[in-house]
Amino acid sequence: MKQMLRVGTIVVGLVFSGVAAALPEIQSWTTGKGARVLYVHASELPMVDVRLVFDAGSARDREQSGIARLTNAMLDQGAAGLDAGEIAGGMEQRGAVLSGGSERDTAWLALRSLTDPELFEPALELFGKVISQPDFPPEDFAREQRRMLAGLQYQKQQPRSIASRAFFQQLYDQHPYASDPTGTEETVAALTVDELEAFYRRYYVASNAVVVIVGDVPEAQARQIATGLADNLETGEPAAALPAVDTLEAQQKVHLEHPSAQSHVMMGQPGVQRKDPDYFPLYVGNHILGGSGLVSRISEEIREERGLAYSAYSYFVPMERKGPYTLGFQTRNDQRDEALSVLRETVTTFIAEGPTAQELDAAQKNIVAGFPIRVASNSKIAEYLAVIGFYDLPLDYLETFPDRVQAVTNNQIKDAYRRRVHPQTMVTVIVGGEAEAQPAL
Amino acid sequence: MRGLLGLVFVMFTAVAGAGQTTHEYKLDNGLKLIVKEDHRAPVMVSQVWYKVGSSYEHNGITGISHVLEHMMFKGTGKYPAGTFSRIVAENGGEDNAFTGQDYTAYFQTMEASRLPVSFELEADRMRNLTLPREEFLKEVQVVMEERRMRTEDNPQALAYERFKAAAYITNPYRNPIIGWMSDLEQLKIDDLERWYAQWYAPNNATLVVVGDVDPEHVLALAKKHFGPLKPSTIEAAKDRPELEQRGIKRLEVRAPAELPYLMMGYKVPVVLTADSDTDWEPYALEVLAGVLDGGTSARLESEVVRGDAVATSAGAGYDAYDRLQSLFMLSGTPAKDHTVKDLETEFRKQLRRLREERVPNDELARVKAQIRAAKIYEEDSIFYQAMQIGSMETIGLSWKETERFYERLEAITPEQVQAVARKYFSDTGLTVAELVPQPIDPANPPASAGADAQLH
Repeated sequence: MKQMLRVGTIVVGLVFSGVAAALPEIQSWTTGKGARVLYVHASELPMVDVRLVFDAGSARDREQSGIARLTNAMLDQGAAGLDAGEIAGGMEQRGAVLSGGSERDTAWLALRSLTDPELFEPALELFGKVISQPDFPPEDFAREQRRMLAGLQYQKQQPRSIASRAFFQQLYDQHPYASDPTGTEETVAALTVDELEAFYRRYYVASNAVVVIVGDVPEAQARQIATGLADNLETGEPAAALPAVDTLEAQQKVHLEHPSAQSHVMMGQPGVQRKDPDYFPLYVGNHILGGSGLVSRISEEIREERGLAYSAYSYFVPMERKGPYTLGFQTRNDQRDEALSVLRETVTTFIAEGPTAQELDAAQKNIVAGFPIRVASNSKIAEYLAVIGFYDLPLDYLETFPDRVQAVTNNQIKDAYRRRVHPQTMVTVIVGGEAEAQPAL
Repeated sequence: MRGLLGLVFVMFTAVAGAGQTTHEYKLDNGLKLIVKEDHRAPVMVSQVWYKVGSSYEHNGITGISHVLEHMMFKGTGKYPAGTFSRIVAENGGEDNAFTGQDYTAYFQTMEASRLPVSFELEADRMRNLTLPREEFLKEVQVVMEERRMRTEDNPQALAYERFKAAAYITNPYRNPIIGWMSDLEQLKIDDLERWYAQWYAPNNATLVVVGDVDPEHVLALAKKHFGPLKPSTIEAAKDRPELEQRGIKRLEVRAPAELPYLMMGYKVPVVLTADSDTDWEPYALEVLAGVLDGGTSARLESEVVRGDAVATSAGAGYDAYDRLQSLFMLSGTPAKDHTVKDLETEFRKQLRRLREERVPNDELARVKAQIRAAKIYEEDSIFYQAMQIGSMETIGLSWKETERFYERLEAITPEQVQAVARKYFSDTGLTVAELVPQPIDPANPPASAGADAQLH
């Protein structure tokens, strides 16, 4: 067994050493009940990652803010008559790792296991039960609800969390993205088991799911795994389309007092969606402006030139609908205004002038030459598959990515930034220090 | 012995199917090079590890290793400030650095053919840093902002910092890696020049490369770039053993917060400090940590969080690979209807059970199954593999210890777990700290403040 695997690795190693063959080959199909599957055969390590992604994030919460998160957290607290300890023990005694989570667009459950059938098969069976037969035991519900409330308390002692919550609220107002996935004390305390079960039945269905498999399992086995997991779910309906995000009309500023040494500043607006015609010019442009660590303009101006902050950044989060474009930093309270005007000035200049030819060249070199790093492990490949599957991106998304980055021109960036990024109507959230006499503009 | 010592060790790792080889070399100037092949993807990570960190620092200059790490990006004669990261970026690289208690390390992750770029830059800044004063004056401000962000405005981190300073008297682990604010405020460029001269030399460093590389080629490149560097006389850091603790220590940390937080730490040995006849003890402590906190079926989650529901979060932690004597930690946040005192009682109940009862076979089997699996999962990350090699070498153990570690854990018996619990979990070596929440908004104090505050 060891010998065979070792030979297998050598063969793959030779394939990988060819420059063009570095990309994982993605296979995709749809199960009988309508779940989309994305699979990559990675045979080098005797392990497998299986992930189910549902359109069941907090964008589906409505008035029950936090329900998506709590529903997801409850799935492994009891299933098919097994209690939380039996589920956890069943996984861990085989070295398997069960995890889950939820953000605004998605909720997911993931299993990482060795491929030894004695370990993997029972872990997979248990994984299937957690996904398709959760029991929502009342006692466990009460405890998880209390833990979630404690988590909300914890957020209140972290200026960064306070800022993020206020930022999304200001950016999205009435849109489902406005609320925090962790809910509020009021809404979480009001949730009931019945409501969670209803949420589960509506959204944890095959036609609302994407299955991702990466690892040392041949295709025939991957097909069995996907069918076994997805087809134990109800077929159901895909989640309804989310509403479009409104454009901000006027500048807003929110200053929340906090007894912290620093002010946390977040500035921004709704940015791009996953399938956005301006995605590549904006992505490459932001790489230059604030997305490439210490060598980006924002970091250069705020940190390198002036020593005002440890972290100064900007980034787009492409989502189903326009995700946030966030620019920010944290600095000593008495330097906040100085740093904020440097940030504004940097953004305004960038929009007016665009990047230099040299900057664009450097950014493209960085992204293109660094591309192999992005897909260099099973974990990273699984993450990309989840994105490609969930957002329905073309299967050659990874393959074409470097070329599309390389094709971006200076004028495209300038044009996209002028049309899409508007500092004069951005939201600014400050947490820390004392609020000014007139906090809102 | 001119030139290189050459290939001194080649070994197939024990991982089934991985088919990787690790190679160890030493250059004439004392630089150690470890290369681990991983041909899964056309990438590599290159890391330079220096044997210096906060535990090498003395009072008055705490945080200097970390500030120097920042200054390593501020230029040499050949590559002035700002050029290092730009060159790495243009080559598609990700680069950064990290400072710990026992090490300072620098890395570049890149497409595999770019390795010479990494070596050229790292070799240059190993000996030729210019440390411009004006850059230092800005950068030390950046570090102070980092400290405010990580520690001053984070009540649990603040409490942990005070906890460590109380737990240790003479052991330098009492100082925070980022340094005390007053030391940062007084730091001078001359201090950094001395620190750089004292520790940055090929014979105080380990170069680790993991990825899609040919070891002989890496060796040739290392010889070309690092070979010409002159070694220094490295004076070993003074031995500063911790005084024997003579009884329980308790402290409160009052800070604006919403949730109380409990930390308990017991003085325990690590692999490097364990006596030869009890060298299994650190491995037994690792297994014991797994019994308590190795997953959601482990005792803290299943009994303290779920069963008795005394805590909303609870954890246990121990690192067998610190350089100096260390702590076995328990920490957690009590559930809403419980106090920090209740949680301490609950933790003590758990430790008493470990002292009184042998861990059942099924629990031990679970911990070992997790260890076996984790060993494979770790192979999915070249960065993590390099981290393991670099950290082992830097505390003075061989990278081979990463293999031995798993073998030693496998061999631990229930009797040995019980034995370390009996030996080390006594009040004599215990430090207990409690974060006592103070109102965040003075006009609207949280209900938990005051009522839960326990005076000890």
